[in-house]
Amino acid sequence: MSQTLSEQILSHAAGYSVKAGDVATVNVDLVMMHDSLSPSIIKVLHDELGTEGVWDTERVAVVVDHVAPASNIQTAEKQADLRRWVRQQGIKHFFDVGRGISHQVLVEEKLARPGMVIVGSDSHSTAYGCVGAFGSGMGTTDIALAAATGRTWFRVPETVLVRASGRFQPGISAKDLALRAARLLRADGATYAAVEWHGVDFLSIGDRMTLATLSIEVGGKAGLVPPTGVAADDLSVPDWLSFQEGASYAQVIEVDLETLEPQISAPHYVDNVADLNDLGHVAVDVVYLGTCTNGRYEDMAAAAKILKGRKIAPGVRMVVTPASSEGLRQASEDGSLDTLLQAGAAIGTPGCGACIGRHMGVLAPNEVCLFTGNRNFRGRMGSPEASIYLASPEVAAATALTGYITHPREVME
Amino acid sequence: MARVWMFGEDVNTDQIVPGRYAPYMLKNEDDLRKYPFVEARPDFAPNVQPGDLIVSGKNFGAGSSREYAPLALKMVGVGAIIAPLFARIFFRNALNLGIPCFTADLTNTLHDGQHVELDLESGVITTENGTRINLPPPPSFLREVWAAGGIVPFYRAYGRFPGEPAS
Repeated sequence: MSQTLSEQILSHAAGYSVKAGDVATVNVDLVMMHDSLSPSIIKVLHDELGTEGVWDTERVAVVVDHVAPASNIQTAEKQADLRRWVRQQGIKHFFDVGRGISHQVLVEEKLARPGMVIVGSDSHSTAYGCVGAFGSGMGTTDIALAAATGRTWFRVPETVLVRASGRFQPGISAKDLALRAARLLRADGATYAAVEWHGVDFLSIGDRMTLATLSIEVGGKAGLVPPTGVAADDLSVPDWLSFQEGASYAQVIEVDLETLEPQISAPHYVDNVADLNDLGHVAVDVVYLGTCTNGRYEDMAAAAKILKGRKIAPGVRMVVTPASSEGLRQASEDGSLDTLLQAGAAIGTPGCGACIGRHMGVLAPNEVCLFTGNRNFRGRMGSPEASIYLASPEVAAATALTGYITHPREVME
Repeated sequence: MARVWMFGEDVNTDQIVPGRYAPYMLKNEDDLRKYPFVEARPDFAPNVQPGDLIVSGKNFGAGSSREYAPLALKMVGVGAIIAPLFARIFFRNALNLGIPCFTADLTNTLHDGQHVELDLESGVITTENGTRINLPPPPSFLREVWAAGGIVPFYRAYGRFPGEPAS
C-alpha cells in the first residue's frame, strides 16, 4: 500500500504502519523551543509536569530569535533566565541572539534531517519539511510534554498535493508559487492535513523552506517537499523514505510555473491573493525583507541583483533582517550585502525581526509595508491601522526602487 | 445564563492576542487577562463573564502557536468555543488547557449578545425561549482530556497520550 511522506514518517516514528485518520503516539526526533514561549514551557515542564529535566539534552534545541536582541527589561530578564536554564540542563544545541531564526538555523546546522519528526513552539515549524522532515508547530503545553517525554500524539493527516510544472520566468520565485497555492487552497484549505509540494526538484533547500513555511498559512499540520533533486544530494535520506507512486491525496492542485505572474497577498489575510498586474497602484512606506519565509541568503541575493548600482526611492525605507548569521555572512562574501547597503537598506540583527510586531521595524498607523514574510494579519507588525502586503524578494526589491508595488520585470535589466 | 460573543470567519491569533501583549513582553503576566481581543474587539475583555460562549465562523484561531491566545480566553473564563472549523494548533492548545471546543456552525442560529445556557455534559444549548440545540460531541479520546481538565492532568493521571492504549 503506497504511503504519503507523512504516513511514512509517522509510521516510522510510531513503530507500526499508520494511515491518514489514525491517531498515533509517536517518538519525536527533535524538539525546538524559542525565547518567546520558553519561559512558559519551562514552567509547565517543571511546575506542572513535575519533570526534573528534558528527555534528551541533545534533542532539544533552544533558539533566541523572537525578540533578539532583547527589546525591554522583561525580555532581557527572561532571556537571562533561559540561558541559566540551558546551562543547568546541559542543553547541547543552544543558539543565542544573532544566530538567526530557529527554522533556518536548525536546517543549516543539519539538526533537521529527512524523515525526522520535529515539533517546535512556533507555527512555522512546518519549515522542516524543506528537508523532507515532518515538522509541526505546537503550543507551550504540547512542547513541554514532548520535551519531557520525547513523544507526542498526532492524528495522521490526509495530504493535499500541490503539483508544480515548468520553470519560473525571470523575476518570479518560490514565494509566488506559495502564494498562488494559498490563493487556490484558501486559509483553511489544508486544515488538519499535510501539504506536499511536488515538481520542485530544481529548487534550493532555502526556496523549499519558503513553500514549507507557507504550508501553515493554508492550515497545514506539516508541509513537505520530497528530499530529491540536486539540492537534496547532500541530505542523508533514510532508505525507508521515498516518493511512492499511488499514494492517496485528499486534493491535488496544479500550478503552471511557466505562466505564473508575481502574486501579492493584500491586507489582512494571507489567502487574499491577486496577480500583481491586477492590483492597481499601491504606494508603500516600508519594504521589509526578512523572516523564515524569505530572509535567507538566496532572498538577499535575489534582491541585490535587482538593486545593484541603484538607490531605493526617496521617502521609502528598506529594512533587511537576515534569517541567519550564516546567510548574512554569505551575503557579505558575495557582495550582496554591500549592494543592499549602497542602495540604502538598513540591516538588522538576524532573527524574526518585526514579523511579530514587537521590535526592529514596528509599523505606524496608516503605514503600508511590502513584506517578504508570511502573515499580513491586521496588527501583525504593529499598528492595526497599518497595511501589510506579502510578496517575493524580487517584488520587494523592485518596489523599493519605485516606491509602489512593482513587477520585477519593470526594473530588471 | 451565558452571553454569546459572535465573531466572523478566520479569526486569527493576532486578533485574539497580538504578539505585543505576550506574557514574554509583560511586566506582570497576569495582565494577559486584559488583552483578549484588545484591538479586534475592545469591549470583550472588560465585559466578558465566566461561562460566556464564543461563537465564530470557520477557521477560528488561525495562525500562531501562541498558547497565550487560548490562555487569555481561559483567564477570563470563556466557557466554550463553538465554530464550524478550528485551526489545528489553536484547537490543540485549547484542548490542552481544558477549554471545550465544539465543532458546529451556529453563526446563523445564535446572535451576538444573546443569552443561552450550555450544558457541557450533554452538549445542549438552551436559548431564552427554550429552543434546544444539540452540539455534536467531540471524539471520545478528546472528551477524556477535557474531562481531566487538560492534557497535563490527563497525562499525570493516566501516563499516556490521548488515543494511546493503556499499557
